[in-house]
Formats: sequence, structure tokens, C-alpha cells
Amino acid sequence: MRDASPARTYALHIGVIALLFALNFILPDYHQSLFARIMALAVFAMGYNLLFGYVGLLSLGHAMFFSAGLYGAGLTVYHLGWGVPEAFVAGIACGALLALVIGLLALRTSGVAFMIVTMMFAQVFYLLILYFAAWTGGDQGLVIQQASRVVSIGAASFDLTDPTVRYVAALALFSVVLLITLAVVRSRFGRVLVAIRENEERTRMLGYDTVANKLAAVVASGAICAASGAAYALLFGYVGSNFASIQYSILPLLWVLLGGAATTLGPLVGTLFMYYVTDITSGFTSAYLLIVGVALILLVLFAPKGIMGSIRERWLGWLP
Amino acid sequence: MRFGPHLLLAALEGLVTSAVLALTALGLSLVFGVMRVVNVAHGEFFMLGAVLAWAVSTAISGHPAIGFVAALVIAPLLVGLVALLAERLVLRRLNYNPEGTIVATIGMLYIIQQLALTFYGPEARPVEPPFSYRILLPWFGYSGYKLAVVAASAILLVITWLVLTRTKIGLIMRATQYDRETAQAFGIPVERVYAGVFAVGAMLAAIAAVLIVPISQAHYLMGQDPLLLSFIVVIIGGLGSLRGTVVAAVLIGLSDGIVSMFFSPTLAKIIATLIVAMVLVFRPQGLFGATSR
Repeated sequence: MRDASPARTYALHIGVIALLFALNFILPDYHQSLFARIMALAVFAMGYNLLFGYVGLLSLGHAMFFSAGLYGAGLTVYHLGWGVPEAFVAGIACGALLALVIGLLALRTSGVAFMIVTMMFAQVFYLLILYFAAWTGGDQGLVIQQASRVVSIGAASFDLTDPTVRYVAALALFSVVLLITLAVVRSRFGRVLVAIRENEERTRMLGYDTVANKLAAVVASGAICAASGAAYALLFGYVGSNFASIQYSILPLLWVLLGGAATTLGPLVGTLFMYYVTDITSGFTSAYLLIVGVALILLVLFAPKGIMGSIRERWLGWLP
Repeated sequence: MRFGPHLLLAALEGLVTSAVLALTALGLSLVFGVMRVVNVAHGEFFMLGAVLAWAVSTAISGHPAIGFVAALVIAPLLVGLVALLAERLVLRRLNYNPEGTIVATIGMLYIIQQLALTFYGPEARPVEPPFSYRILLPWFGYSGYKLAVVAASAILLVITWLVLTRTKIGLIMRATQYDRETAQAFGIPVERVYAGVFAVGAMLAAIAAVLIVPISQAHYLMGQDPLLLSFIVVIIGGLGSLRGTVVAAVLIGLSDGIVSMFFSPTLAKIIATLIVAMVLVFRPQGLFGATSR
């Protein structure tokens, strides 16, 4: 271990959370709403990072886990009239279950075949959403009414359409997932995952069940991505098939590569950076995908370690 | 129409799809076989071929056949040039690392697609076929051009097969595919072979696109379906096996044509994609891929 005392690491992460909380009171309306969206999607990136960064499994189909959460939460609210907490749990359960099934199948392959298999399963999921348009709303999507997005805890009720409540809810989810990721990474399980990434044969020789560990990582990653999707549906009130398209499988990869794979804060940095680059450049051009494309190529050519990865390499060796 | 003629029509349509698909998938298969690179931007080279075909054929006045022939020559050459540039500037610097090249070709996909949208626009535009002769069957008339596409594709496939198996270039390519390091030790310019293969792969997709564009119009998103179908064909046929690719293309094209005439096309796609994913999971060498054993 590079870091003997965990205090510094935890202080950094708590500090980031406190800073984000403070921003709630400082940011103008537009940026407050953008930040809420970024934090919800950074959770998606963190889920992706768990598999891609730590286990080294490059999936091109994580949009299916995100949209499993999105639809798991959205459809139960829309069709069954469930409350927000039940719908949120339903979304995560859908994602975890899907991840278990996909993991059992896809982990029989590795390398390039794993990427293509995950991409194909995600494509099937996307087409299924279009096929069952009567329930899912197809590519039009569904809008979840404001009335069904109110959480009542005891006497207090929170309206998730209110910008401040939405911001704090997104921050709460982000903080929980960030601390869970940190704990997982520092745990025995996390180190076995890194060992699998570095040398799977040797890890197996040392007596670890690599398949079971990889499957656990796929399910954890799927559940986190589903939590992000469920939160997105409930916070922003829209569920649509474009969230299941191949583009939403590529975006978390881009965010993680940009922020730094296998760093706990990288997904947030990458998502934040990409959102603001898009936001600023959209003033000059509508060619948003061009920027994504150029960013991907430049990253993979010149900075394969990403922002936080480079910082760790140059200055702060103790960054988790 | 009764069932029999209906089925014949579906089979003919499927055959046209197969012909174009075989060419596109052959390009993808060559690039994967020789370079071990999964080219996600392959569908965009297809699209680029179609869009350039429209540009060339509208720039040239006179009989539609002149414009079409010009497009058939110029569009693939330009696409090959773009591919050569991409190989030089990006793939070579990544040292053909499988994961890096996938990310990079995804980047190329977005760049090419967005540039096509910016400069060509969101409209679907037709290209006039070089001739409009209709072959009269007892039940319906059928476009002679579509049958010409099937013939042209078959000829190109045979030429590619002859080049691969009967010429020195083919021998060099197969040697590189078999063992890169040993090939290099024997003085084969591996980097030049890679650049050539990547360009030829893109050009095959472009030729397929020019052939199909008089039937279905040129559109900036038209690369997505061929990409997915080519993946399916290459996987079912066994990665890097030419004969398997052709057999799988005919199989997929025919069944796609027939299934989507009688069932919903979305359902057909769902089933096809799922079957392929399962083939990849349980039989990674493909249904016809005996080479890897």
C-alpha cells in the first residue's frame, strides 16, 4: 500500500463532498441544475470505472444497466404508481439482476469478444425498449409528472422538482457511492480486482476465484449504474430510449478515460470537464459529437491515464 | 400476390442485401484478420462512400451512367485516402493495441458522422441508377440494376479471393496475419501491409455503399446498420475467414430479407443480435471458423 494512514485520503473525499455542498448556495440557477445532472451522471461513470478501471474489463454496453435503472424506476412510478423510494430500489434491483445475467454470459469471453458481446446485449436491450413502445413510450419516452416525484418522510415532504432538493438528493447519492467506491477500492476485494487486471492467471494461481470476483464486480458496477439511472429518472422526470443507445455506453468510457481510470475522483472530474467543454463550445457550434470524437482520439493518443491519473503520476502518489 | 411469388421477392431483396453485406463485412474481416483491429468506424467509411457517390454524381452532368461510373472510381479512392490518413495518424501511434484502437475508432466514427451532418446535411438524397432496365418475371417486374449489384459483388469477392490466395501480395498479407514478428524478420514491411489492408478494407465498404446508393438513398446515419450487420456476419462466419464471411453474409442477408418481410423488422433485429451474442459467448470461433482450432 502506498498510503499507510487513511486519514488524508478520507479528508480529501469529505472535502470534495463539502465543497460540492457549499456550491449549492453559491452557484447561479443554471449551473446549479447542470451540477445536479453532472453528479447524477458521475455516479454512472463511477460504476463504469469500477469495472473498467479496477478490473480492466472494457464494456461497450453499460447503457443497458443505466437504462435498466432508468426504466425500472420510471416505469414503476408511471404505470404502477409506486412511491419514489420503492421505485429507486426497484431500479437498482433491475440493474443488479440484469448485470448478474449479462455477467454470467459475457464473462465467458474476454478482450475484444467481451466488448462486442456487451455491445450486442445493450443493442438488444435498446431494441426491446423500442419494440415494447406501448409501455416504454419508445423513442418519444415518458414524462414523469411532478406529483409523483414527491418524497414524504414522516411529516416532511420533499419535492424532487425543486432545484435545491434535487441538488442535495443528487449530492447525497454521489457521496454515498463515492464513499462506497473508496471503501471497496481499499478493501481486500478491491485489491483482488486490481490483481485480476494486472495478471489474471497469476491471481488464479494464488488461489483466488477470479470468475466469482469478476462477476461480483460486474453486478456491483451494474447496480451503481442502475442507481444513477433510477436517480436520473426520478430527479429529472424523463425516461427515454436514447439513454439506452450505444452513445450512452460510450459516454461513461469517455468520462472515465478523461478523468482518469482507476482513480476514485476521476469519474467526477471527467464528467464535469466534458459537460463544461460541451456547454462552452455549444455556444460556437452544434457539432457536439465532433468534440466527443476528437477528445476520445486525443485522450487515447496522448493522455491514456486521464486528468487524475496524470496528477497521481506526477505529484500526488497517494491518491486512491 | 400469393405466398410463392412473395417469398421469391423477399429472397431477391435478401440476395441484394447479402451482396452488399458480404463486401462490407469482408472489409471488416480483412482488417480484423490481418491487423487484429476492431474497426468501429467501418460503417462510417460505408456512409462516406455513399455520400461521396452522391457528391460526385451530382457534380457530373450528362447520362446518369457517367456520373455513377465516376462515383464508383472516385468515392472508394477518397475513402481509402481518409482511411490511410487515419491509420498513419492514429492507429500506428497506438501500436495497434486492441483496446486503444477500439476507443480511437469510436472517436473516428463520431468525427466522420458529425462532419457528414455538417457538410452534407440531415437529408436523405438519391443517386440515379446507371440504367433502369426492368426484368419481367411472370408475377412482377424486378429491377435489373439490383441483379447487376449482386453480380458486381460476386465478381469483386472472387477477385479478392484470387488476390489473397494466388498472388504475392496475398501471400504477404497472409504471412503478416499468421505471425507478425516472423513476417517482419523475413523482411516484410509489416507497417506498409497494415496501412494497405486498412485502406482496402475501407474501400470495400465504400464500393458496397456506391453500389447500394441508387437503391437506398445516401444519409449521414446510414453506416450504423451495416456496421452491426457486418459484425454479425464476421462473427458468425468466424473471424478472419473469407469463405465463412461470404456464407454468413448470404445467410444473414436472406434471412433478414425474408424475416423482415413477414415480421416486424425490430423483432428480426432483436433475434439476430441475440443469436449472434450467444454464438460469440458459446462458440467464439464462429459457426464456420475451423481455422482457430
